[in-house]
Amino acid sequence: MRYLPKSPDERKLMLDAIGAGSVDELFAPIPERFRFTRDLCLPPQMAESEIVDWFRARAAENANGQQILLGAGAYNHYRPLAIDTLISRGEWFTAYTPYQPEIAQGTLQAIFEFQTMICGLTGMEVANASMYDGSTGAAEAVMMAMRVTGRHEAILARSVHPEYREVIATYAKYQGLPLTEVGFSTNGRVDLEALDKAVTDKTACVLIQSPNFFGTIEDVVAIADIVHAKGALLVVSVAEALSLALVKPPAEADIVALEAQSFGVPLSYGGPYAGVIATREKFIRQIPGRLAGQTTDRDGKRGFVLTLSTREQHIRREKATSNICTNQALVALMVNIYMDVYGKVGLRELAEQNLAKAAYARKTLGAKAKVLFEGAPRFNEFVIEGTADAEAVFTRLSKDKNIVAGLPLKRFYPELGNTSLWCATELTSREAIDTAAEEVAR
Amino acid sequence: MAYPPEYKYTKEHEWLSVDGATGTIGITDFAQNSLGDIVFVELPKVGAELTAGSTFGTVESVKAVSDLYAPVSGTVTAVNEELATTPEKVNNDPHAAWMVRLTLANPAEAEGLLAVADYEKFIAEEQ
Amino acid sequence: MSTKDIKKVNTHPSQNEGLIFEHSSPGKKAYRLRQLDVPAVDAASELGSALRTEAAALPEVSEVEIVRHFTRLSTWNYAVDHGMYPLGSCTMKYNPRVNEYVARLESIAGAHPYQSEASAQGALRIMKTLADALVEICGMDAITLQPAAGAHGEMTGILLMRAYLESKGNPRKKILIPDSAHGTNPATAAMVGYQVENLRSNANGMVDLAALEAQMNEDVAGLMLTNPNTLGIFDAQIGEIAEILHAKGGLLYMDGANMNALVAKARPGDFGVDMMHLNLHKTFSTPHGGGGPGSGPVACKAHLEPFLPKPVVAENADGSLRLDYDRPQSVGRVRAFFGNFGMHVRALAYIMANGPDGLRQTTEDAVLNANYLRKKLEGTFDLPYATPTMHETVFSDKLQNKQGIKTGDIAKRLIDYGFHPYTVSFPMVVHGAMMIEPTESEPLEELDLFVDAMKAIAAECESDPELVKNAPHTTRLSRLDETAAARKPILRWKPEQK
Repeated sequence: MRYLPKSPDERKLMLDAIGAGSVDELFAPIPERFRFTRDLCLPPQMAESEIVDWFRARAAENANGQQILLGAGAYNHYRPLAIDTLISRGEWFTAYTPYQPEIAQGTLQAIFEFQTMICGLTGMEVANASMYDGSTGAAEAVMMAMRVTGRHEAILARSVHPEYREVIATYAKYQGLPLTEVGFSTNGRVDLEALDKAVTDKTACVLIQSPNFFGTIEDVVAIADIVHAKGALLVVSVAEALSLALVKPPAEADIVALEAQSFGVPLSYGGPYAGVIATREKFIRQIPGRLAGQTTDRDGKRGFVLTLSTREQHIRREKATSNICTNQALVALMVNIYMDVYGKVGLRELAEQNLAKAAYARKTLGAKAKVLFEGAPRFNEFVIEGTADAEAVFTRLSKDKNIVAGLPLKRFYPELGNTSLWCATELTSREAIDTAAEEVAR
Repeated sequence: MAYPPEYKYTKEHEWLSVDGATGTIGITDFAQNSLGDIVFVELPKVGAELTAGSTFGTVESVKAVSDLYAPVSGTVTAVNEELATTPEKVNNDPHAAWMVRLTLANPAEAEGLLAVADYEKFIAEEQ
Repeated sequence: MSTKDIKKVNTHPSQNEGLIFEHSSPGKKAYRLRQLDVPAVDAASELGSALRTEAAALPEVSEVEIVRHFTRLSTWNYAVDHGMYPLGSCTMKYNPRVNEYVARLESIAGAHPYQSEASAQGALRIMKTLADALVEICGMDAITLQPAAGAHGEMTGILLMRAYLESKGNPRKKILIPDSAHGTNPATAAMVGYQVENLRSNANGMVDLAALEAQMNEDVAGLMLTNPNTLGIFDAQIGEIAEILHAKGGLLYMDGANMNALVAKARPGDFGVDMMHLNLHKTFSTPHGGGGPGSGPVACKAHLEPFLPKPVVAENADGSLRLDYDRPQSVGRVRAFFGNFGMHVRALAYIMANGPDGLRQTTEDAVLNANYLRKKLEGTFDLPYATPTMHETVFSDKLQNKQGIKTGDIAKRLIDYGFHPYTVSFPMVVHGAMMIEPTESEPLEELDLFVDAMKAIAAECESDPELVKNAPHTTRLSRLDETAAARKPILRWKPEQK
């Protein structure tokens, strides 16, 4: 087997050194009745070229060269080539969690930079080293709010990504944390009146998403006022991180749960992505996940270490802030590199291109169908209501035009009827938008 | 480090100093020594009710967390705010770096705690 | 210290490098945007009061500076590509390059999670093929690929336990966890609303069966067991353990962190395990990436299948694949979309490269390597359990304690000898633990260098204890002040710190 660096003679020599007659002697601790003696039912060893062929064939069974006019929590942005060339260095991708700081300064400094950038983007004071993704990050943020406030109820905006809400429900189920939902108004934003009624002095937190699942930017200030008046925390989930380059950061929030996939992370059929939790300094001991902190070595040189570890499962066990151990470090590194490539000015210009494409798409599709949720600002997503069946349009665009677009919302929001969700990014061509608009009207 | 003879001690390594109806609680030199460099002390709020034998806070080093157990019952009247910014005081002078003061609910409880000689004997066996 | 005695490494200069922010200067850039093929818009009029007025404090740097920055930083890391990385229970094995290549094929890396099932048949086929292979390897009946990491898999597994017991009328209150378990186990049980009850180990480092009998009752939902456990010991009583649990209506969860000792040699499904998670980033060679991403599929027996998270990949009558959301008894979702798909691709490529015989040889070599190290280091270091071990072995610092040297000191000194340290101070059942897992990826030459290094350090502990206590001596930085970092946390860069 080509990954195994030993000759038969060397194996023999090692067995002799151990004093074992055969390798099976080393497996003697396993009771005989439980030893597996046949071959696994798997294909025989494949050559590297055969493996490549097999996966190329699978790739060919997926759509190839498709245009993507869909976000819904997974955004199609260009990935600068520097990202993959840099993270492909073995020193990055074949290293482990930086538990030994003297030989992990690369990873630790990169995390520290990442934490700094996330704080800058979100308007928060501390950010962790990453969570699995936006959905689990949002769930952990809700649990964190429960610990901070000592309260045991949470309110979720219905305009939060439907799958995020499902994940939160799974996490909350056995924490004694009943969840209620608050709906949206005709402009797509959280129904403030309903929210005001729903929040009580038992509410641990209110979770909103901004831009929300429909692409609408929430009135974070107004929502924060309502939430804070009752002593609850405001958790803001951000699924389209690029919006933060151009949209006012949710600085009034107590916790921001970000999905950073937009920043240089491949769509990869839904993962791996990178969630992040950012918050205020005063809540630092309730934050889940790893944190890198700055310190000095014995000669006073600057260096970085994992810190405040007593929050974590390997020390506090069942009293830990979370059971999370493995995170998404390499994905966070992609995000770091992406933010360096675009930087302070470029990220904003890129976001402006997204805004322009989305405006054009909205106008073009708006000529053939009704655009919903007018009257509130949006980033790069929007909802339309057409006359043709949304599922049929979705299927036809995919099958005939190789365009992924117009996610039918009936799947998640029966009350929205025949509507669909669209997105345009800097990679969406004008031609694809025009083609899609023709199909919507057909 | 000498253990003050006027204090009472617990097998969880807290000390208690009693002055009339007021008790003061901290952790012993033995405790700070086995924890190592203390980086954080979490204490209850003034007004909290402590029950003898139950936890009232935690003390953390870089790689360990230890619960604080109340030697006696009572109502917290003061917490040592200094420890929030200078937890190292617990390492430097454990028998002076008090954590909470409380009004004793039942002063007789203190009688059940270890006297200094018994505590010193106890830690000699622990080592 | 005489560096000529250190055979594996030599010091060579490494580049200094500041934080990326410290290279920033207004006007530098590393990008050029595309020509806009639609009319530009005015952000202020589009966004109104939602417009961000102050740009986020990101660096402004050029492409060459970025490439140098991350190249320089990378050279400060130790990695599997450098050499042996014997972190016990972390399974730091070689990460094959073909895995990385196929995961980046354009229509695989570029697939949108909501594209139509018809246009994602390749992705679904990859998931299905991997799922089938893992079910066969575990001897189980069904699987979910959705969990993003091991601890996430644990949570999913305990959710299955709870849902199953609820369907039988009583979710029960407690979960038993041996004292040698990873911290994720108790943390997970707590997240699913269970009380944790500690289960004692016996003198052989295995579950104390009498204690288990005594503690097992109708209040106990089940046991979370790592087998082989964190001492590297395979619990030979596994059949009896399962029987005790099952007799009282409880379930046996296996933490698959140490599955690298069993693949193709024994199957948890054959010894009474009801459900288990796998760490694709341990056993199945997906890279650790400096801490993630991982992937933690959960395999289970048929009686738990109805409760698996949704969706699962299902087969249509015509042989095509779909995502099945119609699962009324499901525990729900544990993550958006379908899991860390990119890791599924890599793990499948690994299984294909190995085949049945390669997987068996891999496990045999992993166990061979660990036993070789144990044999060679026994006597030099204290071996707290004489019980035979599988893929990892745990020593203690007892013999070196006399000089005031602890496991952490020996670990730091190993760095000077060119190795990543073993796992320090874990499992907690061993005082001063040194937990060593070489994996199958180490050649004999590397193992011997490690043995030499460990023996040399043991000698230094006698001859020059201060040398060991102050190690490492050859790294860019000496020991870092973790106490200061925790007392006054600095968690982000601020310009005034310059």
